[in-house]
Amino acid sequence: MRIAIPKETAPGSTLVAATPKTVDALVKLGYDVVVEAGAGEAANIRDEAYLVAGAAVTDTESAWGADIVATYSAPTEEQRALLKSGAVLICTLAPHSSEALIADLAQRGVTALALDAVPRISRAQALDVLSTMSNVSGYRAVIEAAEAYGAMFAGQVTAAGKTDPATVFVIGAGVAGLASLGAAVSLGAQVRSFDVRPEVAEQIESMGARFVHAPAAQQEVSADGYAKPLTQEQLAAALDVYADESSRADIVITTALVRGSAPTTITAEMVQAMKPGSVIVDLAASGGGNCELTVPGQKIVTDNGVTIIGYTDLPSRMPQHTSQLLGTNIVNLMKLLTPAKDGEAVLDMEDPVQRGMTVSLGGDVMWPPPAVSVSAVKADAEADERSPEELAAEREAAAQAQADAAAARKKRNQWTLGIAGGALAIALSFADPVFLAAMTVFVLAVVIGYYVISNVSHSLHTPLMSQTNAISGIILIGALLQLGSDNLAVSILAFVAAAVASINVFGGFLVTYRMLGMFQKGA
Amino acid sequence: MTLVSVAQVSYLVAAILFILSLAGLSKQTTARRGNLLGMAGMAIAILATVALALNTSERPWGVTLMLILCVLLIGAAVGMHRARTVEMTQMPELIALLHSFVGLAAVLIGYNSYLTEGHDAMHLVEVFLGVLIGAVTFTGSIVAYLKLSARMPSKPLTLPGRHALNAGALVASAGLLVWFLAAPSLWPLLLMTVIALALGYHLVAAIGGGDMPVVVSMLNSYSGWAAAAAGFMLGNDLLIVTGALVGSSGAILSYIMCKAMNRKFLAVILGGFGGETSSSSAGVDGTHQEINAAATAEALQRARSVVIAPGYGMAVAKAQYPVADLVSRLRDQGVQVRFAVHPVAGRLPGHMNVLLAEAKVPYDVVLELDEINDDFAETDVVLVIGANDTVNPAALDDPGSPIAGMPVLEVWNAAQVVVFKRSMATGYAGVQNPLFFKENTSMLFGDAKEQVEAILAAMTARV
Repeated sequence: MRIAIPKETAPGSTLVAATPKTVDALVKLGYDVVVEAGAGEAANIRDEAYLVAGAAVTDTESAWGADIVATYSAPTEEQRALLKSGAVLICTLAPHSSEALIADLAQRGVTALALDAVPRISRAQALDVLSTMSNVSGYRAVIEAAEAYGAMFAGQVTAAGKTDPATVFVIGAGVAGLASLGAAVSLGAQVRSFDVRPEVAEQIESMGARFVHAPAAQQEVSADGYAKPLTQEQLAAALDVYADESSRADIVITTALVRGSAPTTITAEMVQAMKPGSVIVDLAASGGGNCELTVPGQKIVTDNGVTIIGYTDLPSRMPQHTSQLLGTNIVNLMKLLTPAKDGEAVLDMEDPVQRGMTVSLGGDVMWPPPAVSVSAVKADAEADERSPEELAAEREAAAQAQADAAAARKKRNQWTLGIAGGALAIALSFADPVFLAAMTVFVLAVVIGYYVISNVSHSLHTPLMSQTNAISGIILIGALLQLGSDNLAVSILAFVAAAVASINVFGGFLVTYRMLGMFQKGA
Repeated sequence: MTLVSVAQVSYLVAAILFILSLAGLSKQTTARRGNLLGMAGMAIAILATVALALNTSERPWGVTLMLILCVLLIGAAVGMHRARTVEMTQMPELIALLHSFVGLAAVLIGYNSYLTEGHDAMHLVEVFLGVLIGAVTFTGSIVAYLKLSARMPSKPLTLPGRHALNAGALVASAGLLVWFLAAPSLWPLLLMTVIALALGYHLVAAIGGGDMPVVVSMLNSYSGWAAAAAGFMLGNDLLIVTGALVGSSGAILSYIMCKAMNRKFLAVILGGFGGETSSSSAGVDGTHQEINAAATAEALQRARSVVIAPGYGMAVAKAQYPVADLVSRLRDQGVQVRFAVHPVAGRLPGHMNVLLAEAKVPYDVVLELDEINDDFAETDVVLVIGANDTVNPAALDDPGSPIAGMPVLEVWNAAQVVVFKRSMATGYAGVQNPLFFKENTSMLFGDAKEQVEAILAAMTARV
């Protein structure tokens, strides 16, 4: 089948849905790849590079008329008209808010796969374009903020005095938030972050940032990986946190986007309370903005000198890597659709990932898909019915019971051992004194062996084993003593025994010697 | 001063030297001295024994001396040849084979002792037990040898009612002992030998490849007990002391191994584990990401801290040399490189350490599970080379997994994990590994040695 990569026509878009690297991967999956002339221009990829990677370069009409069309933005009216019936369209469709578009595609007989409707399960992460875009946006948000901020991020102590590091506050630790954290931390800023999901604290701290604890404002895990809407009380508590943190921060990056809509996190008063020169980057600008004063698509400066950046094209500002990541997402999707690697795309409606992305199929509108739950992060529903104190008490009681049982078992074992030992001692006292002497030696040697070996270093286990093996070749002396017997059969048996045992002695010691010679301490 | 008392004193000296030898082997710094002390002890013991044997010889002493020299010559020639030529990767096989020799010798000595000495009850019991232990050690070690050298499938042999079979063999042996005591003749002894040989075969055949480290050290212990039993029947204190030393040290080692795998000692010995396909492993699915050698080289050169977790696969591919090269190259570039060795990595306790030592990796960068597990979070890149079960997160997360509760190397806490593997097949324990599907894990398929060499080449190209 033929996959086409048309040129993005959305105003300001610099992306392209394939790079030479991903074209190569698509070709390996068995597809004919065509790229519209000039598709990669804005991302600094020339047509020749695509040719080298194995793609053909074509015009607009034949690109949109291919079997599979992969692009980033949703197609315009004219582009849709070029699509042939039965074609597969892969792009972002924002299916939550584009009923008319989906209906139109279905009516044209186009199978549409929405790159922004990938279910949030771990298996599907490799094709999740939203994650890709969020990641890039999060990084770029810090770069934009750094440009607008009139100071350095990292604190310095110089001969000319000391400068303080910038304080960055990131609201929401999703993919974008975490990417911002990472970028800001690596620039040297003091980074703090808040999220209504308490379970992300660990992720925030793993990036080197501080998690702002505010239990009143935080909620439980939601089954689909997104944050739930907050209750009234939680909302009020969260706003308090935002007000408090933003007044102290030099940079605020807000990323709260719940299913396409942006709740308000930074009110106009909070902006008023911020220091002159501080910067707000609103990553939710496309959904209307988290900050009340955000103007989507623009950078504004308020009366009190706070810069508010509401760019909605952050991924397009880094077209090379964004295109590379987007292209890889599409390759991963095609891998999923092409299990046989024969260049034939097959849709499997049983697969929740494919089903989730499919918004139209064979003339029917398939949106919305049945719900998928995140199996990895399942909330423990029963747990919250009991208070923490009760749980702790229960755990303690269980531990106590376990300890009691163990102690009882130990006591019983001690008794059994004692009785067995006593019985053995009585039985032994009837035995022959010669045997008893041998027994004494034996028991003492067992105890010595135990203590000698207990502290052996793990790395020496193999040499130790070959050494003990060599030493157990001591059985040789038994055979040697029997060798002088005048019974021929005995002599023969003793000879064989002595021969194998002496192999043991020589082989064992030497191989140990060789091994130990290899161990050496480093410089 | 008689010859006997001189020999006794020599035995005492030899016994003390053996104890010092084993004690010395518990630390790197004293290990070589320990080895030499053991040799000295053995030399003294053999000299004293030769003198005794000549003194008590029932033939002309010249003949006996000839025989003894002949035996020692054979032993020295074969033993030294094997010791010189053995590949370090074949160490487990060699050790298993050597154990079988001790077992065989114990059986033969037991028969001799029965043929030449008196038939009082105590002695008969000693002979009987000595032959029993020796025979079990003999076939058990042979099976372990065959499994380790891949001449026999390492899958556990699970006969129906195998526990009953083992118990039956022991009960039958007990019955034969009663017969043997009542009417001393060769028959019950021979019958018991056959049963014991079968028992040894079955015991080890029922244990899967994953548990081989424990089996080898357990057989080591058996060979010690066999020597001790020989000491009892010959009334030789040196044999008793040495056998008991080896027996108890082998038992401790097996116990340490079992603890490292969080397995019950008895469960391992009774076998049946390893190679089973678990039902709970079916739940693991997902996609894995692949990486190539060039990208791995890039990641390594960018890293500040690298940990390498080797496993049996490294031994199979003989990748320890290029790995050592890689390590010294990275260390030269200022990257901190360490090895994380799981207690049961490989097919022999400490197998990995020996291989790495062979390739001249300094032993102070080779760390154990407990020493390194907390450091993974600060590690940039982890290379998992031929290890599987020892880095399986299912051991901690999935209570239904056959390896649940086994302490594992928590490599997934590192920023990036690269797993060297031939294919997506499961490890020795037959358990699927969710590590491969983690987001920060990439798979580097192919022969470990070739891939490491490719990484080295890519690094050279980058410089």
